[in-house]
Amino acid sequence: MKTDIILAGVGGQGILSIASILGVAALEQNLYLKQAEVHGMSQRGGDVQSNLRLSSSPVHSDLIPLGKADMVVSLEPMEALRYVEYLNPQSGWIVTSTAPFVNIPNYPEQAAIDAALASRERVVAFDMEAAAREIASPRSSNMVLLGACSPLLDIDPSKLEDGIRAIFARKGEKIVEANIAAFRLGREKAIEMRSGK
Amino acid sequence: MKNRKLLLLGDEALALGALDAGLSGVYAYPGTPSTEITEYIQSHQGAKERGVHSHWSSNEKTAMEEALGMSFCGKRAMVCMKHVGMNVCADAFVNSAMTGVNGGLIVVAADDPSMHSSQNEQDSRFYSQFAFIPALEPSGQQEAYEMAAYALDFSERVQLPVMMRMVTRLCHSRAVVEQGDERPENTLSYPEKTRQWVLMPGNSRVRYREVLQLWESLKEESEKSPYNKYITGTDRSVGIVASGIAFNYLMENFPDGCPYNVVKISQYPLPEKMLQRLADESDRLLVIEDGQPFIEEKLRGVLPGAKKISGRLDGALPRTGELTPDAVAAAIGLKEAEHEKRCEMVVPRPPALCQGCGHRDVFHALNDVLAGYKDAKVFGDIGCYTLGWLSPFNAIDTVVDMGASITMAKGAADAGQHPAVAVIGDSTFTHSGMTGLLDAINENSPITVIISDNLTTGMTGGQDSQGTGKLEDICLGLGADPAHVRTIDSLPKNHDAMMALFKEEIDYPGLSVIVSRRECIQTARRHNSAKK
Repeated sequence: MKTDIILAGVGGQGILSIASILGVAALEQNLYLKQAEVHGMSQRGGDVQSNLRLSSSPVHSDLIPLGKADMVVSLEPMEALRYVEYLNPQSGWIVTSTAPFVNIPNYPEQAAIDAALASRERVVAFDMEAAAREIASPRSSNMVLLGACSPLLDIDPSKLEDGIRAIFARKGEKIVEANIAAFRLGREKAIEMRSGK
Repeated sequence: MKNRKLLLLGDEALALGALDAGLSGVYAYPGTPSTEITEYIQSHQGAKERGVHSHWSSNEKTAMEEALGMSFCGKRAMVCMKHVGMNVCADAFVNSAMTGVNGGLIVVAADDPSMHSSQNEQDSRFYSQFAFIPALEPSGQQEAYEMAAYALDFSERVQLPVMMRMVTRLCHSRAVVEQGDERPENTLSYPEKTRQWVLMPGNSRVRYREVLQLWESLKEESEKSPYNKYITGTDRSVGIVASGIAFNYLMENFPDGCPYNVVKISQYPLPEKMLQRLADESDRLLVIEDGQPFIEEKLRGVLPGAKKISGRLDGALPRTGELTPDAVAAAIGLKEAEHEKRCEMVVPRPPALCQGCGHRDVFHALNDVLAGYKDAKVFGDIGCYTLGWLSPFNAIDTVVDMGASITMAKGAADAGQHPAVAVIGDSTFTHSGMTGLLDAINENSPITVIISDNLTTGMTGGQDSQGTGKLEDICLGLGADPAHVRTIDSLPKNHDAMMALFKEEIDYPGLSVIVSRRECIQTARRHNSAKK
């Protein structure tokens, strides 16, 4: 088993929490893992990404080579498209929120971004902020995203929920439950969308 | 506890390794990508119970000297910094080879190839060679953990500090680390050789000869090091030298094993015999190293040798930037994996000052005031407020190094520049701005120093700032005129008042300091939620 994931978003959106939960679950399953993060200047509203590599055998490089990623998992649609050259052209998936984060003057037309995503063969894209708002708060959109990519992972979803509990435990049971609900919603939506295709 | 598995950043693995090896104190000034080493020790329960020192220092030089003082008293110490911090502590670092150590001493230099969060790409291995201090370069998180104990033992055995050269990709990448045995801290003891701790010329001349002899013996140590390896291949067409994490990129490209002869380097000075053997047993050489071509230049020398050597200098690998598995694949001559083209509509998304950040108010007010002057110059500094150079502010003319805002403004004023405004953060001010301010005070230089005080070290994630609550007193203590040490809150509603204050002090023909204050929005949020 080997899964290479590029997590993407804008600094401050919370992609590192997704990485932490996947890390806890992977450690639990005795998988090897390397996860390169971005700290420092770019965290101030710039584009951020994390290379996450899970494998049943030792992982050498902290970085994923071009054309090898199994999925790009993103909280922002343009940020998802930033890493298409890393996707495996035969099998790579994009799982992304379609809610744009516009903090630059030259952000592309949203229709063009939507079209670029729609034209792809393997994509799960929906507005995860709106989905999170439906059941919890927009801040748990990252857990909707984790749920949405979970059907593509070789990790038991209950292990991921354990990971969510571990990461949010100190914030109280209410926050834990909200995040688990967000995770389940994301997972359901993704399964629905994939079977609909 | 034995064989515990933990998910750790390279920085954290190194920190835990040092703690388990009986560390008594870590000394540091925050700097990406090194900050998490000290933060890990600060939040580690066992370290708290043991009373391991972990308070931030004012700058890298004070940190290095404090660590050396702990080592003098026989205890194990570690000092951590980003690569440019080596420039700040260079005086203490280079002379610590002359004094030697008593308790084991690790100097962590975290280099930042690709300048993710830095102003240059300098490679700290040059410092190690310059100072005659051995260096270790871990290739992974587990090695970073294990090397900490090795480095401290080694440091005590050869009685020298040991540099631990890290790079961003290792510092900020997580992996599973298996924890080993713990060792108690050293007890207080004093150096046996006392003369070398007093670096008067007579003592230094004697010691320098010893240092040079030691360096030769360190080369032998490198031949035997468990971290330098000769791996025999089946194909002698190329011999590969791979240092630190470059070794991982090489292995990534050969999942079934590398067919070529390889020398993995993780301990310096270079093992010359091992490299000679590689040259003898291979038709040509390829050097893969993250950072500057340190090994490659040494192998090439100045005069052309018999052996063809490839690497960053002949274009086999990019001359700048961090290595990637793809760059290494190209250098070995492997076919590029099939992949999509970049998506053309994607545009860069540069970082920006947060909404609700007080630095924004400083730049808005300053820009509006300076619009009324011809050729005003603003000398910036290192921190979040460096982002004031970007649009929409475009408010800064220079950014060079920690503290340079004040001194460059002073030099500019000496040249006849007016207005000459310095913008510096609170933490940068106490790191390296205070001494420059003394120069400006002593000459009553007609400059305006704005200390944009956000009560924290913001860019690195909100560490305690050493000057919090003391900035005005520091300026007054240095001799600034109390009538021209002014304070204001950096708030949108104060825009007009800030403008008026800035204008008044810019028009004053002498030195003034304005402390413009508002807590960092990120740390304020954290403090508020901690209170709840």
